[in-house]
Formats: sequence, structure tokens, C-alpha cells
Amino acid sequence: MGPTEMIHSLFLINHTGDIFLEKHWKSVISRSVCDYFLEVKEKAVEPENVPPVLQTPHHYLISIYRDKLFFLSVIQTEVPPLFVIEFLHRVADTFQDYFGECSESIIKDNVVTVYELLEEMLDNGFPLATESNVLKEMIKPPTILRSVVNTLTGSSNVGDKLPTGQLSNIPWRRAGVKYTNNEAYFDVIEEIDAILDKSGMTVFAEIQGVIEACTRLSGMPDLTLSFMNPRLLDDVSFHPCVRFKRWEAERVLSFIPPDGNFTLMTYHVSAQNLVAIPVYVKQNISFFETGSCGRLDITIGPKQTMGKMVEGLMVTVHMPKAVLSVNLTASQGNYTYDLATKVLVWDIGKLNPQKLPNLRGTLSVQSGAPTPEENPALDIKMKIQQLAISGLKVNRLDMYGEKYKPFKGVKYMTKAGKFQVRT
Amino acid sequence: MTTMQKLLQLPVNAVNIVKTVQSQVQGQEEDKSPVLTPDGGQQTWYNALQPDELRHLRSGGSGGGFGGGGGGGGGDQEERAVLEEGGGSFQSQPLRHDDLKEMLDSNKDSLKLEAMKRIVAMVARGKNASDLFPAVVKNVACKNIEVKKLVYVYLVRYAEEQQDLALLSISTFQRGLKDPNQLIRASALRVLSSIRVTIIVPIMMLAIKEAASDMSPYVRKTAAHAIPKLYSLDPEQKDQLIEVIEKLLADKTTLVAGSVVMAFEEVCPERIDLIHKNYRKLCNLLIDVEEWGQVVIINMLTRYARTQFLNPNINESLLEEGGGGEKTFYGSEEETDEDDEDKDKKAEVATMAKRKPYVMDPDHRLLLRNTKPLLQSRNAAVVMAVAQLYFHLAPKAEVGVIAKALVRLLRSHSEVQYVVLQNVATMTIKRRGMFEPYLKSFYIRSTDPTQIKVLKLEVLTNLANETNISTILREFQTYIKSMDKDFVAATIQAIGRCATNIGEVRDTCLNGLVQLLSNRDELVVAESVVVIKKLLQMQPEKHSDIIKHMAKLIDNIQVPMARASILWLIGEYCEHVPKISPDVLRKMAKSFTNEEDIVKLQIINLAAKLYLTNSKQTKLLTQYVLNLAKYDQNYDIRDRARFIRQLIVPTEKSGALSKYAKKLFLALKPAPVLESPFKDRDHFQLGSLSHLLNAKAGGYQELPDWPEAAPDPSVRNVEVPEWTKCSSREKRKEKKVEKPFYSDSEGESGPTESADSESDSANGSESVSGSEASGSGSESEESEEGSESEEEEEEDEEDEEKDKKKKKKELKKKPVQESESEQSSEEEERKPERKSKPRKSDSETESDDEEESESESSQSESDESESEAEVKKKKKAAQSKPPAKPVKTDGKKEKKEMSLLDLDDFEPAPSPQVTPVNSFLSSSLVTDLEGLSLSDSVLSPATIAPSSALKSYELLHRITGEGLSVEYCFSRQPFSPDANMVAVQIQFTNNATSDTKNLHMEDVKLQSGMRVKEFPEIELLPAGETTTAVMGIDFCDSTQAANFQLCTHTRKFFVSIQPPVGELMRPIFLTENEFKKEQGQLMGMNEITERLTLDVKCRNEHTIVQRVTTAANLSRVPCGSDKECSPPVPPPPPDHPVHRFAGRTVTSSSLVLVTVATKAEGAAQLTVNCEKMVIGTMLVKDILQALTQ
Repeated sequence: MGPTEMIHSLFLINHTGDIFLEKHWKSVISRSVCDYFLEVKEKAVEPENVPPVLQTPHHYLISIYRDKLFFLSVIQTEVPPLFVIEFLHRVADTFQDYFGECSESIIKDNVVTVYELLEEMLDNGFPLATESNVLKEMIKPPTILRSVVNTLTGSSNVGDKLPTGQLSNIPWRRAGVKYTNNEAYFDVIEEIDAILDKSGMTVFAEIQGVIEACTRLSGMPDLTLSFMNPRLLDDVSFHPCVRFKRWEAERVLSFIPPDGNFTLMTYHVSAQNLVAIPVYVKQNISFFETGSCGRLDITIGPKQTMGKMVEGLMVTVHMPKAVLSVNLTASQGNYTYDLATKVLVWDIGKLNPQKLPNLRGTLSVQSGAPTPEENPALDIKMKIQQLAISGLKVNRLDMYGEKYKPFKGVKYMTKAGKFQVRT
Repeated sequence: MTTMQKLLQLPVNAVNIVKTVQSQVQGQEEDKSPVLTPDGGQQTWYNALQPDELRHLRSGGSGGGFGGGGGGGGGDQEERAVLEEGGGSFQSQPLRHDDLKEMLDSNKDSLKLEAMKRIVAMVARGKNASDLFPAVVKNVACKNIEVKKLVYVYLVRYAEEQQDLALLSISTFQRGLKDPNQLIRASALRVLSSIRVTIIVPIMMLAIKEAASDMSPYVRKTAAHAIPKLYSLDPEQKDQLIEVIEKLLADKTTLVAGSVVMAFEEVCPERIDLIHKNYRKLCNLLIDVEEWGQVVIINMLTRYARTQFLNPNINESLLEEGGGGEKTFYGSEEETDEDDEDKDKKAEVATMAKRKPYVMDPDHRLLLRNTKPLLQSRNAAVVMAVAQLYFHLAPKAEVGVIAKALVRLLRSHSEVQYVVLQNVATMTIKRRGMFEPYLKSFYIRSTDPTQIKVLKLEVLTNLANETNISTILREFQTYIKSMDKDFVAATIQAIGRCATNIGEVRDTCLNGLVQLLSNRDELVVAESVVVIKKLLQMQPEKHSDIIKHMAKLIDNIQVPMARASILWLIGEYCEHVPKISPDVLRKMAKSFTNEEDIVKLQIINLAAKLYLTNSKQTKLLTQYVLNLAKYDQNYDIRDRARFIRQLIVPTEKSGALSKYAKKLFLALKPAPVLESPFKDRDHFQLGSLSHLLNAKAGGYQELPDWPEAAPDPSVRNVEVPEWTKCSSREKRKEKKVEKPFYSDSEGESGPTESADSESDSANGSESVSGSEASGSGSESEESEEGSESEEEEEEDEEDEEKDKKKKKKELKKKPVQESESEQSSEEEERKPERKSKPRKSDSETESDDEEESESESSQSESDESESEAEVKKKKKAAQSKPPAKPVKTDGKKEKKEMSLLDLDDFEPAPSPQVTPVNSFLSSSLVTDLEGLSLSDSVLSPATIAPSSALKSYELLHRITGEGLSVEYCFSRQPFSPDANMVAVQIQFTNNATSDTKNLHMEDVKLQSGMRVKEFPEIELLPAGETTTAVMGIDFCDSTQAANFQLCTHTRKFFVSIQPPVGELMRPIFLTENEFKKEQGQLMGMNEITERLTLDVKCRNEHTIVQRVTTAANLSRVPCGSDKECSPPVPPPPPDHPVHRFAGRTVTSSSLVLVTVATKAEGAAQLTVNCEKMVIGTMLVKDILQALTQ
């Protein structure tokens, strides 16, 4: 009817195309509506390549692909596509939050809880309760202990308390939280997104950061988090609990935190600051016109690590389809080559500056196939503990509104985000 | 019989039907079900099972527990379970359902729950469970919440199919609607309205109407949600529903706002007039509305603004039409600049613009300002909504702010990226400049999904201009080598577009593309050919060698489109390649039958063109080709051949047309314009589904064009509610009951351009003049604060070299402050803002108060929409503003004060590190009496008038107090019941929706020696009311906190009151001689001296006195002539006076003497003499701070 009819139905589809759950918030729509989607999905080489918005004669299909599952929503009228997409991701997040993972089997195992959640999250297709704290008041997440107790006593997962969080001005926080140990942890995690060219020059690099928080604090604590150098932060986005005005005026984060884990803020470090690239990559991948083979030689070394250890180093290479097999030697770590997906993964681990890890050997190419002309890009993963590469530092965390002294902790970490080396 | 009556009776009838059926099956037992009493004694539905039956069922139930745990499990699992239950016998589908029915009929909740879980699992898998409807619906009133919820799930799913039976449940919900618990009322309404059964429309209508005026905002929200449901069920109800919407639109709570706008958009989006009166409120509430509601409201307000305000870019669009070239976005922000720049060209337009100078409607500005912070939302849909609002509504110069936020979204999930890139692509066509700084963010990674790659390419192409094209082309070169061939093809087209748009690089691009012609990948070559063809068309004469090169390619290229393109090129420019073209035709004639249709058509074209230009060589070939085509299977080709033969080969039959054949075929063809598929997509509202599909989706509301002339802006004026007129605090407090939590935008009437521009200018720290003048104080002041703090950060982190100069300057200004920064928050806390003045200056105080009340009432309007915290802040701001300041108000100083106040909001009690001193017990009667008599003579009667001039501290925050907020201040009045106590005035405000009763104190915990005189119990504090009470505390001359519990009829809160040291004394009157005499006896250990540099604004007598008396409850010693006594030191020069203050501690009446001796250039010496050393030390600190800031 109107323009905001929003989400009509939801179908959960696994990667092979089986519809294993459906939920309708209005009249039932036959699952045959998914056929259009499945057709497109069949044609797509990768599931990621299915366009998120599809049009059928009577409906629009908006879908997301998460954890090898498609969340497909059926829309009948105009609605902002991002509205739906964002909501579907929120659904997936909620499943993740409740069940620890978001897979077909876990959803099937918890189908009743899933259904109850979906029922609360949308009313007539319009989002109702999407805050995990509110949901948890109404529907308790399953735990092993509780499911045992439930089978014995026949009691339920549904909270018997009424969800007062929905009535609150601060719906993200449960009322009456009590802990014996009051703690607040903040993880400052920065990711380096970079594209390096063949010669190791930086084509593009930026730092994206996120502050993940875990607060277990009793009552209604009002926290203030300040930075030593907030000017580093260029663009920020906040959890709804953060007071915008306070940030704008004083560059401090002032908020009443949700209970448990949440993302306090994400930020982008201003482009003026040069991005330190922690590692360098020397690589040589070449394919020979004759002999249907190629050569690969990759060495990784430390560059700007601020004196910290680079860990969790991993190199992923999407080989050209023509590469049949690889015969390589790694001076450190292990490598695997998936023959079906043509993905080479070299798991290195810690970077030892004294003895640089090296991977070299030959690639055998399908005979007769044209020599691949493009060299595959290398995706680098790594981690550096106790370092925020941008130099961001938390100055202090103060708590008001409650009398106890909480335990406070801040952790820094730098990771490679979308870190790609062109070859 | 009306429908209504029918409805009320139906359930009963239906019950009877079911009852008979049941009793036939189950026998006679009408048992006492403890669980359910649905219709006042209609217990017959719920027959209790016999115990052994139960046991059997239970084992069956748990045996069929479905491994899955949740009662779901896979289909075959269930099948197996069925077999087990059936004891190995062959049981069919309906029997299994019988089993479920039995479980549902049992009086064990666990069995019911198990059954419902299995049924819901069936529903989830899309299995038909409709035959269970009668059995399930009976449990609608089940007491077990989970059973009930699952029944609701089922009911909503199947009610449409089982309308008659669904009616059985209605009475339960009707009862639920009357429940005293708001959540149950809401839940009942939610389910009731979700039952899509036409016959209950009147009941729903009634329920919605009632719920719309429910006390609980949550129920009203649910009512708003129910509106679209009813509307889709019965559009006839529209008029009535609009009434409800109108009512709910007036709602002032954030909870309702999003939902009712959603209903509005669904039911009556055309009734834009309903928004007028609520426009400002919606703008102000926006930041507190939940995320999803924000999206809906922002989209709606975008449309609204398009109908009500003028195009802010009106001048610019005129300029563009006036033949102005392409304007870069950042280039010239100001209209005036533009006018200056090219005066002559636009003189005419400029005059036009001057005739009607554009002034932005304050309401338009309000919308832009209040949506801007939401660009920081974590929700991509909200960010996009604001971005499209800015794109469609903001002045060109301001749209830039959205770019950063949109680029941020590119880090999100790929689906989000997909949608955002679509919108960015559209935006970059109109507003290229704003994304130019983010060019690199659109660089493509090999791991991006194809559709993302293509969109990024589109954006990069749109962003290309003369300055960045070389970078972009280099990037494109990398892409061409990609393994993803669709992407490579798109890249080649992108290069083609860059080449057509940017003349400078056309040759470079062309050369690059020609190189691609030798690529091994045919797709790449083919795509290049197509693009080269388009490029060559622009200037063919220069490129005959490229055409020759391409002619050679025809032997190798198989892709039809590419072959067709080459043939067309050769035909079109056959005069440039006269030798090659007949040969090409020869080859094509040979392969004609094997070619694709599009190639065949081009062969015919080529033949025709060659025949017309070079008939000698090609006549026979042409005839051959045409003959082949004549018998082609495709009739397009046959038709074409026939048509061309008639046209080019002159026969007697051929008409006049053949004379013009050459003109027809060899006419100069315009070069194709390679333009973005996103061109002009912005006529769809950005962010919409229609925009994404580039086609109007059902229910899409067109974005209206700007009006020619602005409609009457006064429609948005809201009648000034009564309370804003009176400045009485109590009245205002009432209105705060349902205040949003975070929104702190200015008042509804407040938005002004000036305020905004101030807040926008990031480094406007120096220009602070306007802060007091502008009516909307809070924001501008805050922004200054911001810039101030930024400045400080600079000092912190910037390399010293650069800032040394600056630092020196600042060091001069505030030397102490920096050193103190660590503890400042605590210290500053204790500095009371103001003190009631000594009697002498009575008249002055009065006038101050007057001013204050004035400033307060001027703010009263804006207060309405503010969050509690903000109000408090403001209130304090009003209080703290030094009254009747000397003309030169120092911006800096004021800012500082603001930030102090800010901290107050969050730090309820200061906690100075003082070692507890318990030795204050001895207090002689004499000193007591002395204190009494003195204070009596000096101070006003014991009735304590509420004084807003005193600094108040938070005792209980509104959130902690669940609606009850409590503040206290030290009234500096004698506490009549006990002169040794400090009077503490407490102000209670009940922000909750319900009354608070029996407010009293309990469980007072004190350090030894301390005493408390409790305030009398407050029996009733109605919702929204404020009241004050006075209590006395004997702090024993220490700054230790008095801890106690504040109790209401329901709750207890631990609170504590801690006095700043300055409040532990009362003023006494001494003459200068007496002062000096006393001082002489308090030397040595009892004297503390500090040197200080007075704050620049604190160098006149008045301010010094005021600040000292604010910091401590002392009275000034009248400065007689120094000649009275023989001075041990030479008298100070007259322009460096000495100020003296005296008081006694409240408990032990120890003398407290303070001397501030000013010296040249703001230097001063502070001396405190007091036998209580701790008090002396602390007092020095406090006064020092008061004087140096």
C-alpha cells in the first residue's frame, strides 16, 4: 500500500539454494518468489556477485550474504534499500550474538528462539526491537546449562520479566544490572587498508579504527572516555549511546554504556597523517610462455613496526584459474593450495626480523592454456599487539553516577585490513 | 444487529461449537484447569488429562525431543520421532497432529510448550500447520509467557486462513487492552492488530483510538504501528486513521515519533499539512528517536522541505543556466565571490538575484543543523538518509560534509557498499568536487565483487578531470590486467569515457586502447574496438592509420560486436582507407554466411557505402553480398538487403530517393556522447529503491520541485504554550517529564543563521563576541568550548618548536591552570559559583537577580525541547554568569567556566584527598554564642528562600534515581535548629511519570563527631513537580562526606553530600584593626602564603571580592585607612589595595582570615590564617583557583 510497508517476508537460504526458514510479517508470500533469486544465484560465479537488489514482476528482493547464508527479504513497495540491508545484517548480528555463530545448523537447532527473535525484531515489517540488550530481556539466549534445565523443568527461554528496556530512554541498556566485579574494557583496534604496487610503493593507505568495548558495570554508570590526541580522528561514527554534542564540543566520548560487548565507535584517521606500513613484501611471480610453469618467490620483512612484534602473518593469493598445482618451500610456516578455488594460503605466524620468512618454488600451469597475463595480488593479514599504528591513545576513563570503582582496561591492536600487494 | 454486536456474540457461539466437538471426543470431564479461565468460567476447552495419559504423553514428548534441542530438527528426524511415538505402527500425518493436539489440550505447560515449539518449527520450515488452529487458539490465554508468545506467532500466521476460529481469541486481547500493565496492553494491541481478519476492523479501530491516548508512550507507539496494519486491511478507514495520526503526530515523545511518521507515510503521505505544526518538534526530537524511525522521519522531512522552502541554490542554478561554464564545487562557495569573479558575464543574473535575495528559512536551517550529527550514526541507512537530505536540500557549499560519511560506509558490508556506490555515482555527476578528495577510496581491489568494481569504476570515471586523469589512467592500467573480464571490459569503456570528456588525454587514451588491440584476450580487444570506434568518430581524419590497423584485425577478432564495429568504421571512413576497404569487403563477402547477424548488417552497410564511393571496384562484390542477404534466414537482413538495393542501384523503378543515397549513407554522423548511466538519476530521491533501480517502484513518493515562492512559514508556528510565559521554575519542570535523553538542540523558535555559522566555524575561538548576545546560548558556547579544548590539545601534542611563541603568550595568561590540569576537575568542582553578598551590596545583588531571571526567561522557550542534562547545564550557566560584569566580558574566562560546569554534570561529589581529622569536637559555648549572635545580626531570617544564585551539586542523577533527580546547594543561611550545622538546601524534582511518595532519609553514615539533622519527610511529590527541603549537617569542620540513603516509597538510593571547604565557615564582622590583631596571633604554622598571578579579568577590586566570597563563605573586612594602625610595612600604593576577609568555621568557630594583597601587573599574594591547618590549606587552594581563572 504505502511507501513504508518495509519488509514483508524473510527467507533464509543456504549456499546450495535450499530455503530452510521462512518468516512472514504480513500475508504469506509463496516461497516460489525466491526462484528469481535462485536463478541469478546459479549464474553468479561467486555468491558475493549476486546483486543485493533484484526486481521480480511483483516484488523486490533485497538480500545479504553472510556466513555462507543468504538472508533474502521480500519487499513490495518503495523502501530505502539500505534500511533493509542494515536490518538484515542486524538480524545476522543478533543470531551471532545469541548463538555464537550464524550457520544453517545452529539456526535450525534454535529455530524456536530464532522465530521468537524475528517476531520481536519486526512488527508489520517495521523494525521494533533491534537492540540486543532489549531482546535479551525478552528472550534469553540459550546456554547449555539452561537448555538442560529447560528440558528437565519445562521452563522457557522467554524472559518472564517484562521488557522494560523498550520503555526506556536508553533502550540499549538493561535496567538493574548487577556485578560483583565491575569491569570496563576497551579495545582500540586499528586496521590498515592499503594497496601497494609492484615496486612496494604505497598506492593508497589509510587507517580505520574501532573501539570495541566490554562493560560489566552495575547500575547506571555514566562513562567519559578521553583521548590524548583526539585530533587524529577524522571521521567517526558512534554507538547511539554516545552523546554527539559532547563530542563535538569537547572531543570526549560521554555515554551510558550498554551492558556487555558493543562497538563504541569507529573512526578514520585523518588523511594528512602518513600511514606507517609495518611490513614490506618482496615478490616475484612469473609465468613462462613455454613449459607451462611459473615461478613464485615471496619474502616478507619488517618495515615500520614501532619496535613491536608482527604476528599472525598470513599471505593469501588467488591464483589464476590456469594454475593447476604448486610446488613450494616455505622457510617458515605452512602453506596450502586449494585446487578447487585456486587459493594459496601461506600461514607464517610471527615475523622474525633476523630470519625473514620466504616462500618459493614453481607453479605448474595447465598445458595448452594461455599463460596467465596478470599476476595475482597478495592479500596480507597480520596483527601487532599493544600498538595503535595511528598513535591514538586513550587519556582517561572516568565513571560518574555510581559509587564503586570499576576495573578499567585499555588494549591496543593493529591489524591489516584490506591490505593488498599488487604484483 | 450491528457488526459490533455480531462480533461480541461470535466468540461465544464459536466456543459452543468447539465445546460440543470437544466433549464428544474427550468425554464428560469438566475439570478445574488451574491455568486458564478465558471467558469467565469457560473452562470446558481445557480438559485436564488423566495422570497415566499424561505420563504416556510426556514420555512420548520427550522421546520425540528432536535431538535438535529447540524442538525443530530436520524433517527426517521428525518422521522418525513419529514412528517411535506411534509405537512402530504406521501412523499418518493427521495422527501426528492429533498427538500435538493432545499435548496442547493438556494442563501441563511443559507439554503445551513442547507442542508449540514443534508447531512453530513447522511453520518456520514452511510446512502447513493450519489444521492445528483450533487446538492452538485455545491456548491464547495461557499463563505461561512462552506458550503464549508462540501461540501469538502461530495465530498471526494463520488467522487470515481461519478467520472464524481466530475470532475466538479476540476477547482475550480485548481484555489485555485494559490491563494495568502497559506492556501487556501494548502486546495485546500488537497481536490484535496483526490478525488480518476483516470482521474485527471496528474492534481494531476502537482499540487503536483508545491506545492513541494511552498514558504510556509505549502503548501509543504500538498504536502507531497498528495504523498501517488496519489501513492495509481496510482502506476505507483512512479518514478515521488520519485523525489518529494527527493526534499522535502531536505526541512529544521520541518513542512515538518514528512510528507515527511511518504510519503517516503509509496512510496519508500526501497530507503534508499535518506536519506543519509538528515540524520543529520532529527536527528537535530527531536525534533521540531510534535509528529506524530516524530514517523514516528524515526521508519524510526531505519531501516536506521541498514543498515548503526555497531552493537554496536558486542563484547558482540561474547562473548555470546563464551560460556559466562548469563550476567546481569547492571553488567558490560564496555567491558574492562568483559575482566578483565574473561580473560582466552575469551582471544580468546578478541583478535578478539581488532583486530577490535568498534568505534561508530558519526552519530549513533547523532541519539541516539537526540532521547533521546523524552522519555519525553507526546505521548506514541513517547516514544515507541524511546524505540524501543534504544532497537535495542543502546549499551547494554545505553538501560537502556528507562525502566523508558516505566514504566511511564503503568500509561496511558489500551490500551496503553497493547501494552507497550507486548513490555516490549519481552524486558525483552533479557534485564532483565533494568526492574528489576521496578519489583513492574508490580504488578497486582484486577481491571486490564484480558489481562493486563496476560501480567504483563509474565513480572514478565521474571524478576524472584534467588534474587527476593521469593518476586515474595509471590505476585503470592495472585494472585492465585483471582476471575478471567483465571488469576489464568496463574499464575499457571507462577509459573511452574519460577520453571523450577530457580532450587533453584523448590521444593518450586512444593510443592505450590501440595497444590493447594486440591483447591476447579477445574480449579485451573487442571491447577496445568498440570504444575506439566511438573515439575515432570524433576526429577520424587524424587517425587513418588506426583504422588501417583495425582493418587488419578483422582476420583475428571473432567477437561479433567488435567485427561489426570495425566494418562500420571502414565503411564510414572508406575515403580515408581507399585501398584497404574493397579488400575487406571481399573477405567479408567470402565469410558472409557464417557471420552473426549484426556483422551481416554491417557488411551490407559497408557494401552499400563502398558502392556509392567506389562502385568501379566493388559493384560486383556488392551485388554478391546483396544476393546472399536476399536469401538469409533473418528477415531483418533480407529487408535491409532489399531496401539498400532499391536505394543504391538505380533502376527505372527506383524513385527519387536513390538520388539522395549518398547523402543518406555518407551523412556526417554526430559522435556518440559517452555518458554515465547515472546521469539525471537524481530526479529520484537518493537512497530510495526507485533510484537504485532507476525505475519508479510502487508507492514511491515523488520528490517535489522547489516552490517558486515560499509558502507561508507561519504555519509551522506553534501557539506558545502557557508555561513559557511564566518563568516560574515549577511550571517549567512539569513540562520536562518526558524529555528526550540526548537531544539538546535549541528551542523551537531559536534557530538563527548566526548561531549556526558560529558553530560551524571550527576555529572561531578568537571571535567569541556573540556568545552572550545570541539568544540561543548553549550551542554557540559549546562550540567555543570545543575550539578551546582543541587549542589545548594543540599545546599538548604539537611540536614545541612551532608553538613556542604561542605558548609563551598563553603561559602568561594562565600559568597555574596548566599545572593544575590533572586535578582541576575535582578542584574546580569545589569552587562555589557565587555567594550571597555582604549586606552592603544588597542593592547590587538584587539587580543581579533580576538580570538572571531575565536571562532565564529568555531561555525558557528553548528549554522545552532540551534534555535534562542540558537544561541543568544551562541553568548553571545562567547562574554562573558573573552578574553585571564590567563591560569587557572575557570570552576566554567564560569558556573556562562553562567547561567546569560541564564536568559538574557528571561528577556528583568532589573528593579531595584529605586525611580525616576528628579533633574538632571541642567547641566552647562562647564561640558558639559568638557565632550565633554574629550570624543573626548579619544574615536574613531563617526562612530560606530558594536562591538560584548558589551553585548546586547533583545528589542523585535522574537516570540513577529512576526519574527522581536531586540537587543540593549550600544556602549559606544559618541553620536555625542547630547553629553548628551547615544548612543544605535540597531540591527534589520528580521527572518520572508517576508520583513519588514518602521521601525521607535513612541510614545516615557519618564520621565520628558529625551530626545530621534530617529534613522532614516529603509525603508526596507528584510527577513533574519540584520541591525543596533543608537539612543541617555538622561536618565537624572537615570536608568529609555525609553518606545516607534517600528513600522513596519504592526505592533507596545511596547518596552523599560533601562540602567544599569554603562552606564550612560563616562570615563574621571584623574591623581592619581587629583583623590585624587576630592575624598576628595566627602566625607560623597557622599561616599559609601563596604567590599568584591574578587572572587578567580578576584585577579589579570588585571581581576579587566577588570571587573570594564565592569560593568561601566569608565577609569582607571594610578597608579603612591603613593609617589607623601603625603599619609595620609601608602602606601599599593606592592602586595595589589589600583585601581582607574574615569568618569562623561553623563547628569550632575557629577564625579564618584571608588576605589578598595585590601587586603590580596582576601579581598578588594570598595569605590564609587559620588554626585549623587542614582547612587553611584547602582554602588556599580553592581561593587560588578562584582568583587565577
